[in-house]
Amino acid sequence: MAEPARRRRAERPAPAAPPLRGVKGEPAADVARELDALLHHRMRLGMVSALAAADALGFNDLKTLLQTSDGNLSVHARRLEDAGYVTCTKTFENRRPRTDYRLTARGRQALGRYLGHMEAIIRAAKDTLGR
Amino acid sequence: MASTPSAPPHRTPPALHERALADLRFIRRTMEGAAAFTTFSGAGLVAIGLSALVAGIVAGPTPGAAWLGIWIAEAWLALTLGVLSTLWKARAARLPVLAGPLRKFALALAAPLLVGVVLTTTLVRSGAYAVLPGTWLMLYGTGLLAGGASSIRLVPIIGACFLGLGVAAALAPPGLGFAALLLGFGGLHVAFGALVARGHGG
Repeated sequence: MAEPARRRRAERPAPAAPPLRGVKGEPAADVARELDALLHHRMRLGMVSALAAADALGFNDLKTLLQTSDGNLSVHARRLEDAGYVTCTKTFENRRPRTDYRLTARGRQALGRYLGHMEAIIRAAKDTLGR
Repeated sequence: MASTPSAPPHRTPPALHERALADLRFIRRTMEGAAAFTTFSGAGLVAIGLSALVAGIVAGPTPGAAWLGIWIAEAWLALTLGVLSTLWKARAARLPVLAGPLRKFALALAAPLLVGVVLTTTLVRSGAYAVLPGTWLMLYGTGLLAGGASSIRLVPIIGACFLGLGVAAALAPPGLGFAALLLGFGGLHVAFGALVARGHGG
């Protein structure tokens, strides 16, 4: 009885990131619109970052690394898979199922773009504050 | 006096550049964490295990000065193999070697190893060679357990196996210490090293 409720809770979409304001309160709508909405979520950003540093990571390794639940990780992994950012391989190890994730070239490019945006935002903030 | 109900706290959204900085820090931390999962070299563990098997066979079952010399040489060789294999794997993956979790792992392992050096000196002075195998295995296991908290799940499991074997060696008749050293530093390293290499890219 409690199990489906817990699963529903775990699979509930995570709250959206709070709206952002620009440097010194200027509207940031234009910059924010350019950001990859998929990667703007912490869990998905964490998954893609971790997979960028490792060749492949198992479901349990990712869960430990990101300190999250099975349900939460599954939901976000599926979204990244649907977007073609990660691939998922399911195998059996000693008769136990094992799920491994790998970052695709598309996912790596998306992370590179996202990092570029972040750096540009910080540069712009420095310029504005330096004026 | 009735208190005035306070207004709900207004949450100011983070500035874009603050969020960007936080994101970059988060990405760096996560990548370092993932690096710790992958730079632990399974091939290095296998090499350490094989060298320990050779050292154990050469040293033989009878503890003494020569026996101790061989095991000390083996400890240095194992340390060198461990460092080199980690460097090699980190370089191949283009990852920083001194990333946070790896540094934590090294520090956690260093403390029991230092205690091991001090205890070995003390025990050898009093001629208690028979206690050395259990002591070494327990201290090494403790280090892996402590340092493994920030690594792949297998590392603390390896630590627990070493600790258990060390306890068994400490409680068993003195003659079995030799077998425990071979089984631990040789067998466990080879077996778990093969598992790490297969599951974590080398």
